Amino acid sequence: MVGRAAAPHVLEVDLRARVGTFRLEVRFRSSAGVTALFGPSGAGKTLTLRHLAGLEAGGEGVVRVGGRVVEDTAAGIRIPARERRIGMVFQEYALFPHLNVRENVGYGLQNLDREARRARVRSLLSEMGLEGFGHRRPAQLSGGEKQRVALARALAPEPDLLLLDEPFAALDFRVRRGLREALGELHRRTGVPLVLVTHLLEDVRRLSDHLVLLDQGRVVAAGPTRTLLADPPSPEAQALIGEE
Amino acid sequence: MIAVDLPPLALSLWVALWATVLSLGVGLPLAWLLARRTLPGRDLLTVLILLPMVLPPTVLGYYLLVMIGTGGPVGRAAEALGLGRIVFTPTAAVLAAFVASAPFLVRAAQAGFEGVDPAFPDAARTLGRGELSIWLTITVPLAWRSIVAGVALTFARAIGEFGATIMVAGSIPGRTRTGSIAVYDHVQAGRMEEAHLLALGLALTTAGILFLLTRVGRAPGW
Repeated sequence: MVGRAAAPHVLEVDLRARVGTFRLEVRFRSSAGVTALFGPSGAGKTLTLRHLAGLEAGGEGVVRVGGRVVEDTAAGIRIPARERRIGMVFQEYALFPHLNVRENVGYGLQNLDREARRARVRSLLSEMGLEGFGHRRPAQLSGGEKQRVALARALAPEPDLLLLDEPFAALDFRVRRGLREALGELHRRTGVPLVLVTHLLEDVRRLSDHLVLLDQGRVVAAGPTRTLLADPPSPEAQALIGEE
Repeated sequence: MIAVDLPPLALSLWVALWATVLSLGVGLPLAWLLARRTLPGRDLLTVLILLPMVLPPTVLGYYLLVMIGTGGPVGRAAEALGLGRIVFTPTAAVLAAFVASAPFLVRAAQAGFEGVDPAFPDAARTLGRGELSIWLTITVPLAWRSIVAGVALTFARAIGEFGATIMVAGSIPGRTRTGSIAVYDHVQAGRMEEAHLLALGLALTTAGILFLLTRVGRAPGW
């Protein structure tokens, strides 16, 4: 069970789900700014992320974000994705192809009036170095530009938590390094906690404070990134980290 | 001089237009439901919807007559509601064209909806949007080409409807005698020039409308 702490954790997760023959049983909590979910393909990383976002219908368990319950199936609570205030950057970014950059970034701001929405989109585009890109369609952007638009779009409604699914997977080595630094900087500036799914140890090492090692739908080990990387608590954890 | 039989042509357009509008209203939500793999009874529903595409038009007309005839459940309900008799009215012609043509819309739109990457509506959900808003702003625009192609096929099928229409609506000049029925009547009566002109009118009108729809549904600029 996830217990109640005096100071709420950034994220508390206790989930059980079944998809076909795959069983997911994930339990961890994190108070860190950046949490990485690391493991091989098929470990259940993306599925965990989708559960946190409220995009999966099945399963049971508890999810708390900053002490706020977004899911507690035993109590009959499952807040829908649109009310969770959890942003997500999808693996291939999922930018709406028929909308331009401005419309993509402003999509989650339907509660603001026109002027406020315009001002917020303008400031996000400038923060992300995307001035002059507002009228472009996603097909006219490079991989790195797409990622920055996806980040701006996810941050626009000021989420309590931002999920990133393999944010650098589609990018080449050099762009990846630049964006990793940009993401770290963005996190320091906005203060929004990040949960990052990755299969690259380099991302884990450079970005995360807290590490959750996943394999075959289970948490193999979890703890502060430095400690876990320096001193893996089990041969299984060692094998996962050493695989890279 | 041979007068072009305009009323049947105009009636055909009127019937096809209404059948297409009805198909959109009923067919789009249905296509969207069928595109969801989790829908219970999906296969059975698919067969039922596609049946009018493969049934002989007379069989389709017969079943429609059973439904909307004065003794049928829909026919009786319409009379009870004070809407009067349906058979042998323009409404019956619209219903026949609708039943025969709607499957084309459902089929095309379903393929369009299935082609929309589920990551797009998922992304929209995490951005705080409700399902109807997502459907209108993401799903339908992304399936647009397939929907327009479906509209074109539906309209073309509706304007050419003959077998079911003649069974439930008959061939009453000015009321239910559509273009395709009038061509048949002209040929039966040996009025070949009238038949020729009307057939040409129908073919040109249909081709013109299909051409316009093809342009609307051209590859988008994204």
